[in-house]
Order: sequence, then structure tokens, then C-alpha cells
Amino acid sequence: MTTQHVSVTVNGEVREADVEPRLLLVHLLRENFGLTGTHVGCDTSNCGACTVHVDGVSAKSCTMLAVQANGSTIKTIEGMANGADLHPLQQAFWDQHGLQCGFCTPGMIMQSAWLLEQNPDPSEAEIREGISGNLCRCTGYVNIVKSIQQAAQQMQAAESAPAEPAAAS
Amino acid sequence: MIPAAFDYVRPADLDEVLGILRDRQGEAKLLSGGYSLLPLLKLRLAQPELLVDLRDVGGLDGIVHTDDDIRIGGRVTHKRIQEDEGLARSLPIMREAAVGIGDPQVRNWGTIGGSVAHADPSSDWPAVLLALGASVVLRSAGGERVMPVRGFFLDTFVTQIEPTEVLTEVRIPHPARNGGGAYKKLERRAGDFSTVGVAVQLALSDDGRIASIGIGLTAVADAPFAATEAEKVLTDARPGNEVIQEAAAMASKQSKPVTDSHGPADYKRAMVAEMTTRAIRAALQRAGA
Repeated sequence: MTTQHVSVTVNGEVREADVEPRLLLVHLLRENFGLTGTHVGCDTSNCGACTVHVDGVSAKSCTMLAVQANGSTIKTIEGMANGADLHPLQQAFWDQHGLQCGFCTPGMIMQSAWLLEQNPDPSEAEIREGISGNLCRCTGYVNIVKSIQQAAQQMQAAESAPAEPAAAS
Repeated sequence: MIPAAFDYVRPADLDEVLGILRDRQGEAKLLSGGYSLLPLLKLRLAQPELLVDLRDVGGLDGIVHTDDDIRIGGRVTHKRIQEDEGLARSLPIMREAAVGIGDPQVRNWGTIGGSVAHADPSSDWPAVLLALGASVVLRSAGGERVMPVRGFFLDTFVTQIEPTEVLTEVRIPHPARNGGGAYKKLERRAGDFSTVGVAVQLALSDDGRIASIGIGLTAVADAPFAATEAEKVLTDARPGNEVIQEAAAMASKQSKPVTDSHGPADYKRAMVAEMTTRAIRAALQRAGA
């Protein structure tokens, strides 16, 4: 079987693999790179559990070939936290009980992160529209929306706050 | 689900693409956004030998207003159409249709050229372009031809595109003075394919008659089609409930829906009449009637 070489930057790290052209991006991430935070849900482009960012644009990684992403920069749920510090969206999903089983959560957070980049101060309707490609079968979305609202507020507050002094003496 | 094996190339420019299509006639399939093609490949409903990815091909991503018409490059995403203020001003129907396609991720990657060339019998753009009287530009290594969309959609997933051609551009006439358009889509859940989709673009004459009208329907036949009988009823007519209902009945009669998971054929025929009525009324309102 003919393979093609793929080189991608995933969460800041260059990763390479030789893959069949038919390999899906989600399988490259999970099987080849061991990044199992990105989930395969429906495998039919519906549920959004596999959502990642490709060159800064949210994508369903079950509906993209690994070779299509060759040369691209990819961000997955594993790239969201800064060491032990959760991303504001991750913290907000924790605080607001934005998840129950957690299966949809990685995709939900990646889509929300993209949404907040596009629109840092979304209305509830804009949030619901923004995550309309991500299905949650546990929560009824109420707490997910609250989580995104909390994260939006915190991220905006952090954005407008003056730079922190270098170190408290 | 894993697609059957294929080869993959990502040419740097359109000439290279056209050369490959010429040399590998019938073996190659073009990949644009991938949100229609990948699901087909995964279901193995399509098993091309070669995928030609248009991702690196430049020059197909413009939205340009010329003296003659409005030109949208084949690689323009649904998201860009949704956000383009110039288009929203001149042709509000474009934004109205774009926002209803799939979901945000689909709109991020899916392209108008890909969607039109794919010709899913339930997709939204074909109905809109039929109503607008648009044309498509088909380029091959041998040259270029411009073809009206009326006559372009032949059957389910079948169009006039030759295996050597790329759909590079969609050309839409500037809306007439006193023009208005609307796209009304009935869907079971937000982001679904249409159960019925009706696009209307019309223009009023100074004395308040309907000077011209285009009506495009999707999801209710083997291919999207123009409701020509309904258009005849309304052309030169003075807008009113009776004539709108007559036109809606004609559109319903011209449709050939099938019973499927979206509903029984009878229900769909009834919905064609209803959605046609709504689209005509909305278009009239936007035209200032």
C-alpha cells in the first residue's frame, strides 16, 4: 500500500508519520500520535466530538484526511491547558458542570474556543448557534452555555486587565 | 468508517489540476472542502482512484462585483458568503441560504463550488442559483465554458461537468431594481439537509407587477429544478394571495418528492406549496411590495 509522508505541527510540536491517503485526521491524532483526547463520536460529520483546529479554523477531524492536513498547524484539547493551569474554558466546564459523561467535551471546548476567537462576547443565541455542530446527549446544553459564558467573561476580563507586575517582591 | 484506498495529490495551481484531470480522465475526483465527498468515500458510495485536493490552488477564492455580474470563486466557503457584507446588501438570499447550511464547522470548510459540482439533490445552493439565474464557469485544459445553471443539474449527483473540468466560478446577475429574494428551508433539525427548500428572486415593475421571477426548489426531485410553471403564473402578475397560491400549487405539482426519513411524499408536496408561498411573500416584502 502506498503511503505518503505527513508533517504537522500539533499543539506546538512537529509530528510526522507515513500514512495511507485514506487515513482520517482523527485517526492520525489518536492512533499515530496517541492524542486520544479527540473523540470519534458519530463518524458521520454530525456530532462534532472530533472537533480540532486546523490552521486556526475549527474542523471535524473525522471529515478530513490526514494528508489534507499535511503542513498545517493543529490544535487539540491536549493543547488547551498551560501545564497544570486549565484553559478558562476547561475551568468553566468544571465550575458550571458543563459535562456529565464527558464524551462530547473535547469537541465542545475546541468549538467554543474557536467561537470565542471569532466573537469574544457572544450572546446566548450566538453561543447556541456556534455550538450547533456539536451534540451533547447528557446535559441539555444549559450548563454548556453557562460554561462558555463564564469563560467568555473571564477571557475578556483577562484581556482588558493591565499586565501583571513581573513579580511580587 | 474507512474509505477504500485511493491516491492523493495536492497540486500547487489550477493548470496542474487541469493537466491531471486530462491525463486521468474518469479516475480522478476533485476535493474541495470535503464535507460532502468524505462522507461518500467513507460509505464507499464513491471509490475514486485519485483524489485531487484543491486546497493549495489560488485564485478561486474571490467575491468580485464586476459591471456585468457578481463572481464567486469555486473555493469560497459558505462562511465567507455568510459574512460578506456586499453580498448581503445586494443579494440577501445568499446569506440566508449560507447560514442554514450544515453547522459552523461545515461552513468553515465547505465551498460553493464543491457543493454545486457535487449536486446533492437536497443541497441548498443549486436552488438559490436556479432562482438567481446564475451561471457556472467550467474550466478544462482545453479552455473555458460558461453554462447557465438551468440545464446544469441533470440527476442525483450528476451535472453537465465533464471529468476534465473544474467548476472555477459562479456568476450571478446583479439584482434588478426593485428586486428581492428569499430562501425558505424546511428542516427536521437545525443544520439538517432540507426536507424542502425554496428559493425565490423577483423584481417588481414600476406599476407593482412582478416583472421577473426565478423559483428554485431542492430536495423534492432527483435533482434541484426551477419551478417554471409557477414562474409563468407569476410573471407580469399583480401580487396577491390568489396568484401566489396558484403558483405554489404549480410548484407542488412540478415537484417529484419521494417518501423517506424526512416524511411521506404527500406531506412534502404540501410543504412545497407552503414553503413556496412563504418564500414568495418574503421576496415580495424585500422588493418593497
